[in-house]
Amino acid sequence: MTLSPAARTVLRVVMILGLAVVYVPLLVVLINSVNADRTFGWPPTDLTGRWWAHALDNPGARQAVWTSVKAGVGATAAAMVLGTMAAFAVARYRFFGRETVSLVVVLPIALPGIVTGIALSNAFQVVLEPLGIGLGLFTVIVGHATFCVVTIYNNVLARLRRTGTSLEEASADLGADTFQTFWYVTLPNLRSALLAGGLLSFALSFDEIIVTTFTAGPGSQTLPIWIFDNLFRPNQAPVVNVLAAALIVLSIIPIYLAQKLSAGARNVT
Amino acid sequence: MTASPAASTAGEAADRPAPGPRRRAAALLHRRPALRLSLLLSAPLAWLVVAYLGALAAIFVTAFWSTDTFTGEVVRQFTLANFQDLWHEPVYRTIALRSLGVAAAVTAVDTAIGFPMALYMAKVAKPRYRPYLVIAILAPLWAAYLVKAYAWRVMLSNGGLVDEALKPFGLSGPGYGLTATIIVLAYLWLPYMILPVYTGLERLPDSLLDASGDLGARPWRTFRSVMLPMVFPSLVAGSIFTFSLSLGDYISVKIVGGRSQLLGNVVYDNIGAANNLPFAAAVATIPVVVMLGYLAAARRTGALREL
Repeated sequence: MTLSPAARTVLRVVMILGLAVVYVPLLVVLINSVNADRTFGWPPTDLTGRWWAHALDNPGARQAVWTSVKAGVGATAAAMVLGTMAAFAVARYRFFGRETVSLVVVLPIALPGIVTGIALSNAFQVVLEPLGIGLGLFTVIVGHATFCVVTIYNNVLARLRRTGTSLEEASADLGADTFQTFWYVTLPNLRSALLAGGLLSFALSFDEIIVTTFTAGPGSQTLPIWIFDNLFRPNQAPVVNVLAAALIVLSIIPIYLAQKLSAGARNVT
Repeated sequence: MTASPAASTAGEAADRPAPGPRRRAAALLHRRPALRLSLLLSAPLAWLVVAYLGALAAIFVTAFWSTDTFTGEVVRQFTLANFQDLWHEPVYRTIALRSLGVAAAVTAVDTAIGFPMALYMAKVAKPRYRPYLVIAILAPLWAAYLVKAYAWRVMLSNGGLVDEALKPFGLSGPGYGLTATIIVLAYLWLPYMILPVYTGLERLPDSLLDASGDLGARPWRTFRSVMLPMVFPSLVAGSIFTFSLSLGDYISVKIVGGRSQLLGNVVYDNIGAANNLPFAAAVATIPVVVMLGYLAAARRTGALREL
């Protein structure tokens, strides 16, 4: 490489500073969740576990976590079915408009969330309300699934393109029918792709706030909505701090799983 | 691979004498690929094309309607009034330009910080450390958006960490406002800039850079004439994310932006408080049109293949 030692040093310094800037805010949240000072003055004078106990008792926060889990699971399930179907169609068939399927799938996440949000909220009010379905958990799931499809679609499509059809042909030659081949051969091959896509989909849904704002009814507050509503209330700051810290700690789980999955995917090939 | 147990199960199934309804359905599907394809496409297309694109089209049409100021009902009659208001009211022009400026500033900051970081990761760090650096960059993406914006709200608050850190230099933090918004958005979208640039730089063979040096080019010349043109599509790919994600955002500006308003806030306020869906829809077309233009321009650099 042509980089001079001085340039290397500069780059190293930028990298270290960059990583520091990336991680310091997260550390501040973690520390503040045990900061004994109610106004969260800096630096903290004393540490306490009081806020954590306080947050675990908060019924609104608990309800919101539960709603978020339900929305994430529902949206991921719907996105898995839709994304896998679309990926199969694109990977295994040739048809008019095949190239546009990818575009349509990626559109809900490529457009600003607020556009998707007002479009869906308007459609729900025009189409679903006359049917007696108001804004609520169901509409949140529909909204989330719309932009989650792309995660499953991309993962499954990449896997289908890589594995080819020889195993499925072998299964058919051995007498398995279409459903058996899918259940015993194709699906097990897709498992880690579905898991990786599903993980990303759940994380997207769990974190989403803009589309949720427009599609959630009064009784279906997800965790991000709850946090946002309480962000500006000083007396809720300890609870918000703890929830934020808990979310940072919990994000280690998907990081670990994603790492395992991508390592596993490398071993398969 | 888990094919072996599957194959034996399938073999046993083939011995069954009379085909049941499931087997007959499978045979029908096997014989008719067109039927298989239409069944596969039915649900995704119904959802994404009919429902989602339909909703988008409906909202676009709504932008050409108006709201009755007395009843608050939407008047379904074609009018360009919303777009005329947008164009003639100076406040909306200011907000639109401000949003574009914020998106451009975020993209510039992320490029300035992200490029050297990606360069370090791809060309300076030892290869065995690279995967760990990638994880270190990717990991914060799993932390919630709100948590990160909130962390900055805490840090930028009066007497917060930023103020304390700058005190020895006789400075104080920017406080809440547009600068804070740019900082937070740049922080949020930084990984989206680093990763495509890192991938582009890693793909760039060292031999090309060495050859440039052997031919007498100084490092700066190599950077400008060899490295930059080759990773430019990756930079544009990263900028699509940073620009687009900043353009539609209204949450960060509410959290750390003080009283400043961006396009997203205008849309939000017109849906909620003002109950003027047609005007909100008209405002929302601005980021969409800008992004379509941006994507069309990015396409010519080949950036879309880098996504």
